[in-house]
Amino acid sequence: MKIIVCIKQVPDTKGGVQFNPDGTLNRGAMLAIMNPDDKAGLEAALRLKDQYKAEVTVITMGLPKAKDVLVEAMAMGADKAILVTDRVLGGADTWATSTTLAGAMRNLEYDLIIAGRQAIDGDTAQVGPQISEHLNIPVISYTQKLEIEDGYVIAQRQYEDRYHVVKAKMPCLITALAELNEPRYMTPGGIFAAYDAEITEFNRKDLIDVDDADLGLKGSPTKIAKASDKVRKGTGEQVNLDPEASVGYILEKLKEKHVI
Amino acid sequence: MNLNEYKGVYVYAQQVDNKIDGVALELLGKAKDLAKDLNTDVTAVLIGSGVKGLINKLAQYGADKVILVDDPALKDYRTEPYTHALSSVINEYKPEIVLVGATAIGRDLGPLVSARVKTGLTADCTQLDIGDFPLKAIEGKEQKHNQLLMTRPAFGGNTIATIACPDNRPQMATVRPGVMQKIEKIADAETEVIEFNPGFEENAKYIEILEIVKSMSDTVDIMDANILVSGGRGVGGPENFYILEDLAKAIGGEVSCSRAVVDAGWKPKDLQVGQTGKTVRPNVYFAVGISGAIQHVAGMEEADIIVAINKDETAPIFDVADYGIVGDYGKILPMLTQSLKNIAAMEA
Repeated sequence: MKIIVCIKQVPDTKGGVQFNPDGTLNRGAMLAIMNPDDKAGLEAALRLKDQYKAEVTVITMGLPKAKDVLVEAMAMGADKAILVTDRVLGGADTWATSTTLAGAMRNLEYDLIIAGRQAIDGDTAQVGPQISEHLNIPVISYTQKLEIEDGYVIAQRQYEDRYHVVKAKMPCLITALAELNEPRYMTPGGIFAAYDAEITEFNRKDLIDVDDADLGLKGSPTKIAKASDKVRKGTGEQVNLDPEASVGYILEKLKEKHVI
Repeated sequence: MNLNEYKGVYVYAQQVDNKIDGVALELLGKAKDLAKDLNTDVTAVLIGSGVKGLINKLAQYGADKVILVDDPALKDYRTEPYTHALSSVINEYKPEIVLVGATAIGRDLGPLVSARVKTGLTADCTQLDIGDFPLKAIEGKEQKHNQLLMTRPAFGGNTIATIACPDNRPQMATVRPGVMQKIEKIADAETEVIEFNPGFEENAKYIEILEIVKSMSDTVDIMDANILVSGGRGVGGPENFYILEDLAKAIGGEVSCSRAVVDAGWKPKDLQVGQTGKTVRPNVYFAVGISGAIQHVAGMEEADIIVAINKDETAPIFDVADYGIVGDYGKILPMLTQSLKNIAAMEA
């Protein structure tokens, strides 16, 4: 069985977001980490490796420094690593990113593709499902439990108030929730070996069945009109009214803010 | 792609178990605003099996037209037949805007449809406007008018971006539940109904549902709640927490608490907000009888709206609250709960 795991290097927004004195985000002061949902996806793949001797290939798209997360993945136990990097890929939105990754994956054999549900920087949850569409294979999003049985994936697909137990024929793609498992640590031997391991680099010319017009900023249907760091809000209003008027005040504000 | 062919604002009218999801009604309300700016109309796309009975409700909440895709293959949500249904509607009727709720269904359906019809999708929007792209005219570059401007948070809510989709149609967005406002129900509204069936043929992408397990669990994760009613030492004792629970129930939220409440043994640790508890980011956070120590504030200051109720007008919680009310929660909350129940009864 061959498994591809999509991973992304993201700034750590969880362990305390760093701000500049003017209230804007200080990206430079934040650590770059492997996206948590992706790490759960990798762990799921490594468990299938332990169980069925599956071959695990990790893939990421990004700048050359994104190699760090590939090395980490190999230190955890991944067999092969691919970095998709090229100047023409810069500024890609989810559509162009999924088109690029699908183009890279057409070089590879796979029974299962695992992506994290969403990355903590963009929070879009779009790239995984969109890859499945480009590759014309079934997708199970929001996977909270995963098993393999005779060429099929049996998974628990999470919704707000329920889950579905679903069965999909491989090859297929799943997106993993962080609660799928508790990722393992890198082993000292793994870390040592990972630094000597070869990382394959894919560039534009390695993408199969992808038009130039569908890559990077130019190939992205969505364009950023404006971006700003959210300035932390200061003190709001304070009122001192009788209970009935207080209720009226709260209702008015909740309506104004579309809460009710 | 001839962009001028694409007209109308469409809303994916999510239904589960033959019930319209609240976010669909909220999107219809927003779609009405957008349609007014664009001088066009609002169409709800209703997809399911045996769901004709829901058309009237969509009309009452603002759908000028309803496109109904009704087929046994659409009984429970499955990615492929639903993607086929919505993509086929888009290809056939060519809407300029398609709005989808950012639910566990919409965040699967939206990406698949956008990939299939080859257009952009902006996730988890909190604001939608009609405007120009680029926002300001740039010499030598065409400025397009009447574009959908989609605003969303990123970096865990620390940054805000406004995004356009100027060269592809439809312009697609998923929108967070609880952000947009549904219209007042129009009891005798009428709507034009268009029945459409693109045909559903099983293929490898049709996954099989073996079992549906509805969660019965009482243990909610306060980090997932859209609204939190949080109590502090000022609530006075564990026996008073029913007042907060009643409000949480009426407004569709959950109860959480401060460290003082956990230390006193009034509530379990998994409901604790703050530096040594959980960090929450709900749409609305009610701080009830919470003084607002810095360790507590660290766990809730990212809430979109903070409402604080406290007897002590100098409590530090008022420094971070959007709306601070000096007063007795024991008198205010029951009245607020009753008012919310009255409003819900009127809308049912």
